[in-house]
Amino acid sequence: MSQLETFYNVMRRQGITRRSFLKYCSLTAAALGLGPAFAPRIAHAMETKERTPVLWLHGLECTCCSESFIRSAHPLVKDVVLSMISLDYDDTLMASAGHQAEAILEETIQKYKGKYILAVEGNPPLNEDGMFCIVGGKPFLDQLKHAAKDAAAIIAWGSCASWGCVQAAKPNPTQAVPIHKVIKDKPIIKVPGCPPIAEVMTGVITYMLTFGRVPELDRQGRPKMFYSQRIHDKCYRRPHFDAGQFVEQWDDEGARKGYCLYKVGCKGPTTYNACSTVRWNEGTSFPIQAGHGCIGCSEDGFWDKGSFYDRLTDIKQFGIEKNADEIGMTVAGGVGAAIAAHAAASAVKRAQHKGEQE
Amino acid sequence: MTSTVEKKELVDNHRDGTKKELVRKQTAVYVYEAPLRLWHWVTVLSVLTLCVTGYFIGVPLPTQPGEASENFLMGYIRFAHFTAGYVVTIAFIGRIYWAIVGNSHARELFYPKVFRKAWWKEVWHEIRWYSFIEKTPKKYVGHNPLAQLGMFVLFVLGIIFMIVTGFALYSEGLGQGSWADVMFGWVIPLFGQSQDVHTWHRVGMWWIITFIMIHVYVAIREDIMSRQSLISTMISGWRMFKDDKPD
Repeated sequence: MSQLETFYNVMRRQGITRRSFLKYCSLTAAALGLGPAFAPRIAHAMETKERTPVLWLHGLECTCCSESFIRSAHPLVKDVVLSMISLDYDDTLMASAGHQAEAILEETIQKYKGKYILAVEGNPPLNEDGMFCIVGGKPFLDQLKHAAKDAAAIIAWGSCASWGCVQAAKPNPTQAVPIHKVIKDKPIIKVPGCPPIAEVMTGVITYMLTFGRVPELDRQGRPKMFYSQRIHDKCYRRPHFDAGQFVEQWDDEGARKGYCLYKVGCKGPTTYNACSTVRWNEGTSFPIQAGHGCIGCSEDGFWDKGSFYDRLTDIKQFGIEKNADEIGMTVAGGVGAAIAAHAAASAVKRAQHKGEQE
Repeated sequence: MTSTVEKKELVDNHRDGTKKELVRKQTAVYVYEAPLRLWHWVTVLSVLTLCVTGYFIGVPLPTQPGEASENFLMGYIRFAHFTAGYVVTIAFIGRIYWAIVGNSHARELFYPKVFRKAWWKEVWHEIRWYSFIEKTPKKYVGHNPLAQLGMFVLFVLGIIFMIVTGFALYSEGLGQGSWADVMFGWVIPLFGQSQDVHTWHRVGMWWIITFIMIHVYVAIREDIMSRQSLISTMISGWRMFKDDKPD
């Protein structure tokens, strides 16, 4: 692609006549309550505003983010890829391969310095100079740094790019790190999840294209519009939680009645994501609705917190691997025994010295 | 404030088997002022509430029968937990204020004099007393240095940790931009994620429970074996000394 298509080009390519295009611009101006003078300005903007080039890199990952992305219903992913953005490089979706593909990457970087969006799926391993992930004969780490240098903004797709995910789980032999550990001078939008919800992915892109800016982010760099509340806050089973009605074990009466999955380890109360509102597959369902607790896949280090089926999760610091109650009860038990022994010794001592004091 | 009470005691005379009246002078010092005592007992009640409700938030009670609309058990437990959390925090802020405006004993809790050699010497003396090596303990109007150290590490640091992590978790319910989120929301990424804060908040509960066990035991033991009153002091405010020997 030598010249980036404008939105006008895209509409023409899809069979819309110039006459229809100009009508559309007039109607849009009228609908927005703008005067007739604005119709040509809208037309001019549509004719000159280029589609935003997007480079989509793949590091250590499983492609579940891409799989999720291509199932977006609102907007349809075909509209995103073919009309809204100019997806210049995505080695799993693009037609070209090999040197040809790498040449396009280079071309986009050179031509649209500071204008393109870099989307990163997966993350770079740092061990052995990054040799655990090679793209085009070079470590992914190099490609990432190279492409990030001139990007306008970076989207970290999924838990891999945002937190590290499974390849960064203990003991992390490849030393895989989330991308914010490598790139520190660019705005990074984290869209965690394993994978993230399709509509959340396309929603973030749509926002950036529509408003030309990065969406409002929370403390950890996630878009507030999708990640400001926990699954628990909007869960349809929440009334059962408040009532104290739980699934005690799989297949019990509570499970059949759709009670709260808190006691079987649901991580909804500690997981920030939009599953309980946006849901999955065109809003069909989400894990809790299917009867399984949330595993907290959009949270940092979710692989390293012990079982998915325990409410009290493990502490892995200081070489221990027990939950808070196991540690606490052991310590309290030990202190209790020590107190009993000390009290007995004190009583004996006091009895011995009773005579001496008078 | 110091006053002396004369305490009469009947002591057996071993030589002729008669009883002799012995007059002992007891010195009493006003140590704990009313706001401080009030703070102590308010904290006792709210911390107990927090431990019990907190335990059942992590490990809930058995499932309630009937419709969800007829029950609100977890809701009530969490309400009690949050309310007690507010009470303990406000009381603690009041306690810090009292450390500034109250008498000198009100300040002991917050700064153990760790930079003084003599203080450490007395800590060592107390450790020896607790190890049954010293025959007699020293007299203290306020806390003995070992008690100060224990109070500071186990209680003051413990309660601050619980307040900070507690309100960080509370901010998750209040939502982003709430006062709790603005003040304590940064704690969550510091620990990693919300689940980690939950876990450490629960470890903190056991820390506080361990403190309570040691605190209650030591108070009872000191009340019996030391040379001053302990338990009644936190009720009346007056420290009674059992003898008039120096130190």
